[in-house]
Amino acid sequence: MGLLSKKDAALIKDPLFDNNPVTIQVLGICSALAITAELEASIVMAIAVLFVLGIGNVLISLMRNIIPSKIRIIVQLVVVATLVIIVDLVLKAYAYELSKTLSVFVGLIITNCIIMGRFEAFALANSPWQSFLDGIGNAAGYGIILVMVGFFRELLGAGTLLGIPVLGDPIEKTGLYALGYENNGFMLLAPMALITLGIIIWVQRSRNRALIED
Amino acid sequence: MEKRTDKNSYTILFAIGMVIVVGSLLAFAAAGFKERIDENKRIEKQLNILYAMGVNENEGNDMSFVSKDKVGGEFSKFITKQLIIQGDEITEDENAYLLDLKKEHNLTKDPKHERRLPLLIGEKEGVTYYIAPIRGKGLWDAIWAYVAMDKDMVILGAFFDHKGETAGLGANINQRFFMDDFIGEHLMDSNGAFKGVNVSKSNADPKNIDKTDNEVDAIAGATITGNGVAAMIKSELKLYVPYFKNLKN
Repeated sequence: MGLLSKKDAALIKDPLFDNNPVTIQVLGICSALAITAELEASIVMAIAVLFVLGIGNVLISLMRNIIPSKIRIIVQLVVVATLVIIVDLVLKAYAYELSKTLSVFVGLIITNCIIMGRFEAFALANSPWQSFLDGIGNAAGYGIILVMVGFFRELLGAGTLLGIPVLGDPIEKTGLYALGYENNGFMLLAPMALITLGIIIWVQRSRNRALIED
Repeated sequence: MEKRTDKNSYTILFAIGMVIVVGSLLAFAAAGFKERIDENKRIEKQLNILYAMGVNENEGNDMSFVSKDKVGGEFSKFITKQLIIQGDEITEDENAYLLDLKKEHNLTKDPKHERRLPLLIGEKEGVTYYIAPIRGKGLWDAIWAYVAMDKDMVILGAFFDHKGETAGLGANINQRFFMDDFIGEHLMDSNGAFKGVNVSKSNADPKNIDKTDNEVDAIAGATITGNGVAAMIKSELKLYVPYFKNLKN
């Protein structure tokens, strides 16, 4: 990568794979379970977190020398909440339909532990540019997992992808359903998200044994 | 030596400053966007009401509202009368559809207050639609609906929406596969008593051929949202029964 130094590139690349916030650090699980029943919701959530974490990390990093350490968590929380509320207001005024799809995620973004975790662990100690890259990298790492889980849950649970039927019609028995295939309604429930996530973690760790802790 | 930012006085000043800056920023943003947001909400209500009485641009299995720039004209064309029902008193009010149902619901805690019910009357192709806006509780937050009925309280169309139901599960109450099931359902049982429409998990009629069973098929994984829909229909539409009884006499 010519544009970024090796160290900067690692800030983006590491959280995508070997230091993924969801599968390695096991953060952000609550939202990964709650909203991955559909691929579309997963994608929307991934973009929203990308936006909030990228900007939030920069803001926290800019303020890192003036934030009183005793109340730093509160300050971080205020920054996320403010960002999310402003984005929500702007969307409500100028892109009302989009804001309706997003409204359910507002609360989930504010409480996402990845965001607070990156503020606390990285942005408070690093320059704005590096914090920005770190934010983008971690949000993308989170997004990849979300999209993977969402893909399998929607496909196996409802037989659709992004709301479009891909396996045929379950009531008229066309496509795969003509062969006796049935949707697995279990996939739409939160416990199956955890199991899907577990399978992803298993695959990742068996491919890279260095990730297995003692 | 103690760092400057560790001092109590600094911490308190920072906290106060932060609250003032963030508070005024959010207040300004909210006030600045209020007009646009209210207008968007008003248009959304009109779209939903028209959708419930079948004025929409659905094609095949797709779901589509009337286009936004046409909605004002269509609304005044199809909605002929707007009523507020309060006990025996019925008044016409051209903004009845904007009545705040949440506020109205809270007012009923005062026993002296008689609940005001909005009812819109629409005409389409010679058929009269009675459209009731109702509001209830889902799993996480509010759910609401616009139910269009004929004079016998048979549902002619319905539009459901929600504030924050689970994506992919309860959130699907605003999808056609769920809403369309309500069309044709009877709210009364065979004896003419009000029964509502149950959102049933043990419905032996998934294709919804029997319209007089007071049941539609539930969404798997969305039990509490579905129960909320049924409870909302039962408790809120019941309030309109006296109006429809009068209508027949």
